[in-house]
Amino acid sequence: MSIGSVPLRYRISVDHDQCMLCGRCVESCPYGVFRKEGEHIHVNSRVCVACHRCISMCPRDAISLVERPVDYRSHPLWTPQVREAIYNQARTGKIILSGMGNAQDYPVIFDRLVLDACQVTNPSIDPLREPMELRTYLGKKPSHLDFQKIDGDTVLETKLSPNLMVETPIMIGHMSYGAISLNAQKSLARAVTECGTFMGTGEGGLHESLYPYQNHMIVQVASGRFGVDINYLERGAAIEIKIGQGAKPGLGGHLPGEKVCADVSCTRMIPEGSDAISPAPHHDIYSIEDLKQLVRSLKEATEWKKPVFVKIAAVHNSAAIAAGIARSSADAVVIDGFRGGTGAAPRVFRDHVGIPIEAAVASVDAKLRSQGIRNEVSIIASGGIRESADVAKVIALGADAVYIGTAALVAMGCRVCGTCYKGLCPWGIATQRPDLVARLDPDVASANVANLIHAWTLELSELMGAAGINSIESLRGNRDRLRGYLLDESIMKILDIKTVGA
Amino acid sequence: MCGIIGVIDRTRQCMDGTGIRAALSQMDERGSGEGAGYAVYGAFPDFKDYYAVHVFFDNLHETKPLVEEELSKWGIIEHQEAIPTYDQPNIRKVHFPWRFFFKPDSHLMPWSTTPADDIVTHLVMKINSSIPGALVYASGKNVAVFKASGWPEDVADFYRIQDYKGYLWLGHNRYPTNTPGWWGGAHPFNLLHWSVVHNGEITSYGTNRRYIESYGYRCSMYTDTEVVAYLFDLLIRRHGLSIETAVKALAPPFWDEIDQMPERDKEIMRAIRLTYGSALMNGPFAIVVANHDSMVGFTDRIKLRPLVSGELGNRLYISSEEAAIRTMEPDVGEIIMPKAGEPVIGRVRG
Amino acid sequence: MVDTIRIDAKGMHYTPLNKAIRAAVASGARKIELDHVMGQRFIADGLRGNVEIVINGVPGGDLGMFMSGPTCIVHGNCEHAPGNTMDSGTIVIHGNAGDAVAHSMRGGMIFVRDDIGYRGGIHMKQYKEKRPILVIGGSARAFLGEYMAGGLILILGRKGKFPDIDRGIGSGIHGGKIIIRGSVTDHNLGVGAKKNDLKEEERQEIAPLIEKFTGFFGLDPAPLLNDRYYVITPSSARPFASKYTWEV
Ligand code: SF4
Ligand code: SF4
Repeated sequence: MSIGSVPLRYRISVDHDQCMLCGRCVESCPYGVFRKEGEHIHVNSRVCVACHRCISMCPRDAISLVERPVDYRSHPLWTPQVREAIYNQARTGKIILSGMGNAQDYPVIFDRLVLDACQVTNPSIDPLREPMELRTYLGKKPSHLDFQKIDGDTVLETKLSPNLMVETPIMIGHMSYGAISLNAQKSLARAVTECGTFMGTGEGGLHESLYPYQNHMIVQVASGRFGVDINYLERGAAIEIKIGQGAKPGLGGHLPGEKVCADVSCTRMIPEGSDAISPAPHHDIYSIEDLKQLVRSLKEATEWKKPVFVKIAAVHNSAAIAAGIARSSADAVVIDGFRGGTGAAPRVFRDHVGIPIEAAVASVDAKLRSQGIRNEVSIIASGGIRESADVAKVIALGADAVYIGTAALVAMGCRVCGTCYKGLCPWGIATQRPDLVARLDPDVASANVANLIHAWTLELSELMGAAGINSIESLRGNRDRLRGYLLDESIMKILDIKTVGA
Repeated sequence: MCGIIGVIDRTRQCMDGTGIRAALSQMDERGSGEGAGYAVYGAFPDFKDYYAVHVFFDNLHETKPLVEEELSKWGIIEHQEAIPTYDQPNIRKVHFPWRFFFKPDSHLMPWSTTPADDIVTHLVMKINSSIPGALVYASGKNVAVFKASGWPEDVADFYRIQDYKGYLWLGHNRYPTNTPGWWGGAHPFNLLHWSVVHNGEITSYGTNRRYIESYGYRCSMYTDTEVVAYLFDLLIRRHGLSIETAVKALAPPFWDEIDQMPERDKEIMRAIRLTYGSALMNGPFAIVVANHDSMVGFTDRIKLRPLVSGELGNRLYISSEEAAIRTMEPDVGEIIMPKAGEPVIGRVRG
Repeated sequence: MVDTIRIDAKGMHYTPLNKAIRAAVASGARKIELDHVMGQRFIADGLRGNVEIVINGVPGGDLGMFMSGPTCIVHGNCEHAPGNTMDSGTIVIHGNAGDAVAHSMRGGMIFVRDDIGYRGGIHMKQYKEKRPILVIGGSARAFLGEYMAGGLILILGRKGKFPDIDRGIGSGIHGGKIIIRGSVTDHNLGVGAKKNDLKEEERQEIAPLIEKFTGFFGLDPAPLLNDRYYVITPSSARPFASKYTWEV
């Protein structure tokens, strides 16, 4: 007790003049902040996580929430977060787990990049009236084409590898059933099917109720190999090998037994209530040529009909690693930046390991080009893509397409409270508790996600049109259409862009 | 990265390059067609007392005179020649491979106990760091190294390694992540009498490099493998350790295993770990290292890369895959998998 | 329809080889014999069906990966990871095998006459009626049954060189069990693994496996049946739970 309790993280207060005692807040809050006693709502602010469920449900706007209502003595080095981490570890002696993406105050490169538009010398295009192509093919492209003349006819000799066709370069990244609820996965699956794009299954297998959407699902093979059998591999539109994750590069995953309910257990193919541990590495990949072996074993198993993607966390040496992946027969490399979200990651990894997606994509694209193998793989960028401008910028830096994760969850109500690991997500997303899962209606949520993808796609078209570009190919790697605003020289060199005004 | 193979004949009976070419091609799946190479001991019986300095020149007219000048400062060039090559459709000849048979003048380094070797080491480091367009990629006596960007069979045919004979061969099939297409990045790496082929990645490279550079070596090939050749040179030639001890320094037992050892071994291991902590090689690797009298194969401490060995008669084979060994010699007996960090050693007799 | 199909694999790449195997299975073959196999990877990868594949030679890595049903009988040694993520079926190896044998195996059986390398049975798991079984006639190297989540590994130590499994037996084991003949020092137990004597019902459980094993290789089961065995199981279902604390 020598350390004592730390100050409240959030204070909830109820405006009793407004409150009509409907009790919706009591029902809403799975953490038990509210209690109705007689004619009064009592609150216990200590357990609040700022998920805003109560606030969104209160018909009278009677609830208010204040973050850090109690000040520490301010200090630039000894921030409240640092102090509280020490209190926690002094008490427990353990590794601190935390949620969502990197919470460190690093500058966001996206926010220091500006896009270009046409004036005078060439016309901008109105995407509503003129054709605008966002269709993208993901996968291996030949380096050149061979034709033959047979009886005067020109015949294509080169055989194209299987590619995924997306109508918009915005896909939804891998969030497993187990990490998120089945209703959440269903909503996402319906949305991507409607939008002509794809989503990842995550490493938790594929639930039967998602079979109708399987042509829009990329099945993941992670180090735990949960739910991986030949049926699963054949159902997916593509297969993704997960090597790493931006939020915790170099670590595996761990779904605690209490989240492995009957249904989760059946898609993962492990007993109910048992821990699902994904080792840090794939234990059949200790080297780049082993990766090639896993890629090819998956292709061989599916008779070379499916594209195979490889996902890595963005780390210092991403460019060289991606070059190795490009030589492995893989069809796309997914790079997950250090702002990528996660249900739970050790805080020290989430905040201190990895590099931003902007720099990683730029260096991977440049490396592949310098080695003449850019056509061998597509580049999918993920980790911290928040809006259509980020999509446009990262494509201009060299990506073919993006995965969004957190943004899609926010479209279903997620408030980025960062406590997914508690398994009590009040929005029915990161939880398996049936009453909470039922809060998420796939009819509504899928429409919300589809709306988001539509809206971003429209914005992307407008941005491209303004830049005089009517096909996404012409934006890809077109770094001339970016400028750095107060970025330092070394970063601009990596991004291969000029400063504003130049 | 990669597939490796080595064979030694303990009675110095010579083999030509046909067998190792077939064995290495057997492991094409482990490579990417962007680098392969061979080293052979006993290749130059006519010049066996001269250092065979192999150089990749980008341009013979401009850079060769500079290298000749540098060599002539420290000794005499007995003979020099273009290394014969034979065009292959899949190999783009981006360098001119050349070899000098060189005898250093030992009087020029009176303070050294191994002046000839030290002069050659100095020259290798000097040329590689100061003459652009010239890369010394082998420098031992009676050792030939053949490497280029391409599949093993193409590289073998490019140099016609079947025309060379030796009692010890190493081969390597590369899967590059960095510096693809760069001939210098292909293995084997050679320095003086040491040649190394390596599968894996050394995560301690930054530490090892700074350590080895403090002894005057210069890492100039942008890859972790060269550091292994220098570490062997330092530990065995300069520090006089046995091969077994050197391997113990590079891939030592864990502390909890050392704690269980008898007192004497414990003391020795503790001393090795304290002294050579910066030489410890971490990360996944399987390595075969050779010199004139021996060949040694070993893996990292937790066995993250494959390595097997087999014997027939006087010959010891070490490789990433049994199939490669059997391609070379179908009748090898039992295939052994060495334990993590424990060397398999083949020595010539007498 | 032919009953047995022979394929000469000499110099064949694995993709056409697997194509030929699939075609043979499709044509209704009950038995396929592969001659001169030398390093071809992925044999029977993702293959379904009820067929016996006899492999003469040295298959490359990942034999029977994702395999669902067939039986592979190997007359020779295997490289690494035979039975990788295998779903069901049987692999019988008349020889040794490399590292990561039965990696993430989820069902079926593997019998290896002699020794295996490092990390044998790593992350084997089980679900309902699917319970993978790995029987090793000789010995295994370090990290046997690492991360093990289900199934059974049986080490028979026939060559009398036990105890020979060095460090990390069952490191991170959180399901399933490892049964080892001979002795196991506590020092070599991995994190989260505990050791017990064989119980009578466990002896009953392994007896048919031993008989199956000796049957495959023409050996006498008697000396193996009544010897001393140790059983390695998880000391808790949550081996690493105590490492972490939550941020809030
Ligand atoms: S946890 Fe959520 S629902 Fe509960 S009081 Fe806080 S904001 Fe409201
Ligand atoms: S998904 Fe996670 S971050 Fe979003 S509201 Fe639910 S618990 Fe909070």
